[in-house]
Amino acid sequence: MSAETEPLLSVRGLTKHFPVRDGLRAKGAVRAVDGLDFDVRPGETLGLVGESGCGKTTTGRMLVRLLEPTAGSITFAGRDITRAGRRDLRGLRQDLQIIFQDPYASLNPRHTVGRIVAMPLQVNGITPPGGVRKRVQELLELVGLNPEHYNRYPHEFSGGQRQRVGIARALALEPRLVVADEPVSALDVSIQAQVINLLRDLQRDLDLAFVFIAHDLAVIRHFCHRVAVMYLGRIVEIGDRDDIYRRPQHPYTRALLSAVPDVATLGPAGRIRLTGDVPTPLDPPSGCRFRTRCWKATDRCATEEPALVTRDGGNQLTACHHPESGPMEVSK
Amino acid sequence: MSLSPVEGVALAEIESPGDGDERREKEFVGRSPGQLAAARLRRDRTALVSGALLVFFVLVALAVPLIEALYGVGPKEQFQGRLDGYGMPLGYAGGVTGEHWFGLEPGLGRDIFIRMVHGLRTSLFIAFAAAVLTAVIGVTLGTLAGYLGGWLDTVINWITDLTLAMPFLIIALALMPTVALRFYGQREAVPAYFQIGVLIAIFALFGWTSTARLVRGQIIALREREFVEAARASGAGLGHMLFRQLLPNVWAPILVAFSLAVPQYITSEAALSFIGVGLTDETPSFGRMIYRSLDYLQTDPAYVFFPGITIFALVFAFNLFGDALRDALDPKSSR
Amino acid sequence: MTRFLIRRLLSAALTLFAVSVLSFLMFFALPRDPVSGMCPKNCNPERLERVRQELGLRDPLISQYAGYMKGIVTGRDLGSAQGGRCDAPCLGWSYVSNEAVSDTIARVLPVTLSIVIPAAILWLLLGVGLGMLSALRRGSWLDRAAIGFSLTGASLQLYFVGAVLLIVFVYNLRLLPVPSYTSLFDNPVKWSSGLVLAWVALAFLFSAIYARLSRAQMLETLSEDFVRTARAKGLAKRAVYGRHALRAAITPVVTIAGLDVGGALGGTVITETTFGLNGMGRTAVDAVRAGDLPTIMATVLIAAVFVVLANVVVDLLYAVIDPRVRLG
Repeated sequence: MSAETEPLLSVRGLTKHFPVRDGLRAKGAVRAVDGLDFDVRPGETLGLVGESGCGKTTTGRMLVRLLEPTAGSITFAGRDITRAGRRDLRGLRQDLQIIFQDPYASLNPRHTVGRIVAMPLQVNGITPPGGVRKRVQELLELVGLNPEHYNRYPHEFSGGQRQRVGIARALALEPRLVVADEPVSALDVSIQAQVINLLRDLQRDLDLAFVFIAHDLAVIRHFCHRVAVMYLGRIVEIGDRDDIYRRPQHPYTRALLSAVPDVATLGPAGRIRLTGDVPTPLDPPSGCRFRTRCWKATDRCATEEPALVTRDGGNQLTACHHPESGPMEVSK
Repeated sequence: MSLSPVEGVALAEIESPGDGDERREKEFVGRSPGQLAAARLRRDRTALVSGALLVFFVLVALAVPLIEALYGVGPKEQFQGRLDGYGMPLGYAGGVTGEHWFGLEPGLGRDIFIRMVHGLRTSLFIAFAAAVLTAVIGVTLGTLAGYLGGWLDTVINWITDLTLAMPFLIIALALMPTVALRFYGQREAVPAYFQIGVLIAIFALFGWTSTARLVRGQIIALREREFVEAARASGAGLGHMLFRQLLPNVWAPILVAFSLAVPQYITSEAALSFIGVGLTDETPSFGRMIYRSLDYLQTDPAYVFFPGITIFALVFAFNLFGDALRDALDPKSSR
Repeated sequence: MTRFLIRRLLSAALTLFAVSVLSFLMFFALPRDPVSGMCPKNCNPERLERVRQELGLRDPLISQYAGYMKGIVTGRDLGSAQGGRCDAPCLGWSYVSNEAVSDTIARVLPVTLSIVIPAAILWLLLGVGLGMLSALRRGSWLDRAAIGFSLTGASLQLYFVGAVLLIVFVYNLRLLPVPSYTSLFDNPVKWSSGLVLAWVALAFLFSAIYARLSRAQMLETLSEDFVRTARAKGLAKRAVYGRHALRAAITPVVTIAGLDVGGALGGTVITETTFGLNGMGRTAVDAVRAGDLPTIMATVLIAAVFVVLANVVVDLLYAVIDPRVRLG
């Protein structure tokens, strides 16, 4: 994938603050997402990782415009969609879809599978050639479900099957980019692999771009071309998959990777254990947000916020005053 | 975690257990949550018995002209000949005979059975009409308040609080004659259909808030669910969100609320008529009969029992059925 | 806590204001001629006109309302035909009973209080106690009896229960006198023997509802994680159920109780009618029959005051039982 390709999705300074009120007075804001910049090229898969509460789900919701950004801009296929109204979004909705985390909450229990998958077609008034039913059955087949199950209800399916229904629904409008919000973390490990493989096949066959949100670095590694690591509403490191996994520069990325058994050996450094809790996004630390848990933190980290910049002129950007340079001790 | 490719297993996962013959017959038609609830209801003995009792009551109410023709006595006919000199019915248990199954009213000598059959019809009609009206208003406003939130939600909440603070019985009591006076003069006779209409309107006016509150809570809980967000992410409009995504998921509590509102309105109508502001003596009604019977507790105790026990049975059956319905629709609640 | 209290009282005042405006409109603006029902039997047009003048019905509605509210707060002068000076809280003059409405209320309110307060104590103790016990002994004969009791009680009508009680205890067994009201301070024995049937009837029906409600609440609480955790930690059954579960289960019961008691204090119309007691409820009914507007208005307002005050008390109790409420 060449770097010159025009990005499909371009995010600049994306911010979401949730106001916290005490009675009628504003008491501050939860800074869930605080200034993100990233691009996704056509057909590319960007992984968004971080601990729970780091703002990755909020980011995904903003991308598909389920949440209004507080600041920043989202450009999709050359159009600024940050403030687009419902009517303007019509065409956009077709190109940008979302797969949800919880396969039990994401399907309307009162609708048959057929109706659920047909919903995006129906609300957009689209009648595909050959009829809605035919298209829905094609979609069901595409995601590995039996098209005969058209008239069944969600409660008659397993978690993995339900997630396939959710995927079929997201694909109904033939989108160009799909936001997958932890699509497998609610599933059994054995089922996770099947769903991931399905998503990878679909990505390849349909040339889909993905923003793949997960807290699990192993899943991301199997699926993504590029990876962005988030901490407390910020991207701390972003780069090509191999760079991130082989030569992580940010201490936080290292700590995350060291916790994944099949990525790092338990060499001399062993597993890096992070101490302390994630600080509250109501009042994040000054300077570098990770400094309160970082073993390399200095005074500079408390006063000066590190910029997200490349160290070696490549594609890997890191926001750290004291980046690591050596490779991670990788066994494979 | 292991990510060994297991392609091909995906399709095998779909095969659900069950004998093949049955499945071929059913042709992959799933059972909706509603059908499952109906099946549970059919297995519930309490529901069957109370349901049968309700069907019986409704049939009686519907067949009033037929029953009257067969019974051969009208609700306004007086049988003074069967009363003694003090206006008390002759014979035992308030004058129960083969001709007058539940005896006669002391004083006027009207037949209690046929008056109760008429009273049942009025009572059920008022209760059902009020419950339907309540449900329609409550569901509409509750859904809008819950889904749209904002000032509409605030206003509806405030009205709900306000109606809760208004003493229903006393307001209804005061409102009935006031409304009647607005349309009819002091000495004019107020027709029965007008009284019935006003009763229904007053019940709906005070009753919708509880349904609205219930629906609002349900909608707020659903609003954040992912399947609702999925529809929004696909660009669904307000109509689709409300009627396709949200309301189909709240009809169960609405149905339960409806089935429990009916006996409440039966009770309220009887209470208002008992106090003497609901229906007048012209229209046969349970509440009116019991009120009249209070004067004869000492001399003709049987008089109070027929309407008293009937209205108890009616309300009891509705309450039991409502409970059974709730259990069938939400099996978790009883476990 | 103080801020919570102030906010709560303000919203209560606002509600009462709205109720007063609404009922004023309902009773004074809605009828074609509010006076027609108020004039005793043989009344001529001149007299009607005079009554209209005296009641100020020719004035604009706003000044009528303002005058009424002023009377409640500071008292007002009603004119010689209506008994002259009417001290605060002035609720107007009743042409039907020829006395100040506040005097009528002062006479009948103790009757309603005497009915409701002992009955409420009875039904809360009986209902909540029964509900909690049957939840703790789930599936026992006691539980099943309690369920049967509450199902039956919830479907019974007060006037029917009252009638049966009268037939049995007064007319057949002759154990009790015909219900009547005597002041508690004059003769406590007569006070209680005259009202005991009303208490029993009210308590029977209400405790059925409360047993059902508190049983359901208790069962729900008992299945919650914190109770199971407390039990698993080895805390004594009594400590867990008494301290933790009861507190959580009682809160919704308190809400309903507030509404019920508040509502009942405003007038137990049916109880009073059934037992022939002349309290707030009977007064309201009689006023409606006679078209006695000032009295109707007063009874509605007082009933609303009771409901709203009961709600405030409930909210305060809530804040004591469950500290989280104070934040909301």
